[in-house]
Amino acid sequence: MACIQSSIFDLRRRQWLGRFGAWSLGACLGVVGEVSWAAPEEPDVFIRRLTTELMDIVKADKSILTGDVTKISVLVDQRVMPHVNFQRMTSSAVGPGWRQATPEQQKRLQEEFKLLLIRTYAGAVSQLNDQVIAVKPVRAAADDKEVVVRTEVRGKGDPIQLDYRVERAADAPSGWRIYNLNVMGIWLVENYRSQFAQEINAKGVDGLIVSLTERNKANARASK
Amino acid sequence: MTRQLFSRLAYGLLVLGAVLSMTGCATGPQSNPVDPFEPMNRGVFRFNESLDDNVLKPVASGYRDYTPSLVQTGVRNVFNNFSDVSATLNNGLQLKGRQAASSLMRVVVNSTLGVYGIFDVASAIHLERYPEDFGQTLGYWGVGSGPYVVLPVLGPSSVRDTAGLPVDWHVDPVSNARIASFGPETQILRVVDKRASYLAAGNILNEASIDKYAFLRDAYLQRRRSQIYDGNPPTEDLPDQSLAPSSSSK
Repeated sequence: MACIQSSIFDLRRRQWLGRFGAWSLGACLGVVGEVSWAAPEEPDVFIRRLTTELMDIVKADKSILTGDVTKISVLVDQRVMPHVNFQRMTSSAVGPGWRQATPEQQKRLQEEFKLLLIRTYAGAVSQLNDQVIAVKPVRAAADDKEVVVRTEVRGKGDPIQLDYRVERAADAPSGWRIYNLNVMGIWLVENYRSQFAQEINAKGVDGLIVSLTERNKANARASK
Repeated sequence: MTRQLFSRLAYGLLVLGAVLSMTGCATGPQSNPVDPFEPMNRGVFRFNESLDDNVLKPVASGYRDYTPSLVQTGVRNVFNNFSDVSATLNNGLQLKGRQAASSLMRVVVNSTLGVYGIFDVASAIHLERYPEDFGQTLGYWGVGSGPYVVLPVLGPSSVRDTAGLPVDWHVDPVSNARIASFGPETQILRVVDKRASYLAAGNILNEASIDKYAFLRDAYLQRRRSQIYDGNPPTEDLPDQSLAPSSSSK
């Protein structure tokens, strides 16, 4: 009887020891893992840092304040684009046509769409003067792959809603990449979907590439 | 009075329905399910664009460039005050007590302390704006937006939002001569002021779209949905169709 009792106790103790051992080993590895690359930011901290940097540069540079969209485009390209997942934005906007496109076509689509988005974003940034961006705090659970960060641009008129969809990206400088943008309730990627689908239905993927290229050329001409 | 309003509304809707069904219905594989009136809408859109390019945009640009900014702010405040009346009513109809109370306080404070709404005293004391209109009220209570419609001069709308317009006009001091008497100049001034506030957005729209009509339509529908849910719409199930369908999908 005592034998059985003690053997049951032994079993439980062994289980507990085993679990404790495994957990502490995992914790050690986790600590080592944390130290080997900088701990990733919370997504709202990331967005706040990004937008504050951008706003500071815009406010400090007089030529930007006068609305030089070309110069702002360069700024946006350098500062914001490394934190954006363009491949995902493009493929999501293009929709089912993406799977039928050749890698060469996909590359062209991505380039032209990127130019278009930079231009659009720069156009919006050129309208800023003394607005303040308020970022609402967000807590991402450890296993959340995608988070929405909500911000507001507050100036003289009604506040403008500006939301970002970010995804966890281990190779990104801050651990997150933006893959969609919402201005005043309008998600950009969704808004392009029907236009792109229309172009592909009418003229195929090459036709869409041509339309995007023409739009970008016309924009570049207009700013000269 | 109400019977007259409703009969006029019903008649208007009948006429609209008859016209829409006779002309410009889109069919075939190219048709967009939210935009069955696309051919007719595109026609009205072209008309609105040429009216805008030739008349409205130059006037609004001149207004923005040559009117002292203090006057522009005052004008905008007065019209915001008028729309706060409609906001009070519609927030109430949507049972949003706090927002309705805030809108009512705004109207009271701005009309008295703010001298007929010229000075936006209410914002200075942190009474927030909660703009609402009857179309949003209908949407809040579950009325679907219906097909997309482009109205002459007024621009993007939907069947539901168009039906809501007569109610908005009825409550609006500028449109309803029984509440207060303003001449047509006030309506024109409101349109110009509104257009001036969209000048920058209009330029961005031109540069960002490869099909301005479609861009505006999708932006309008998305924005409307967001407005009805006050900035927090439930995520629609719009799957990313560029990804290969997984074997477990239906």
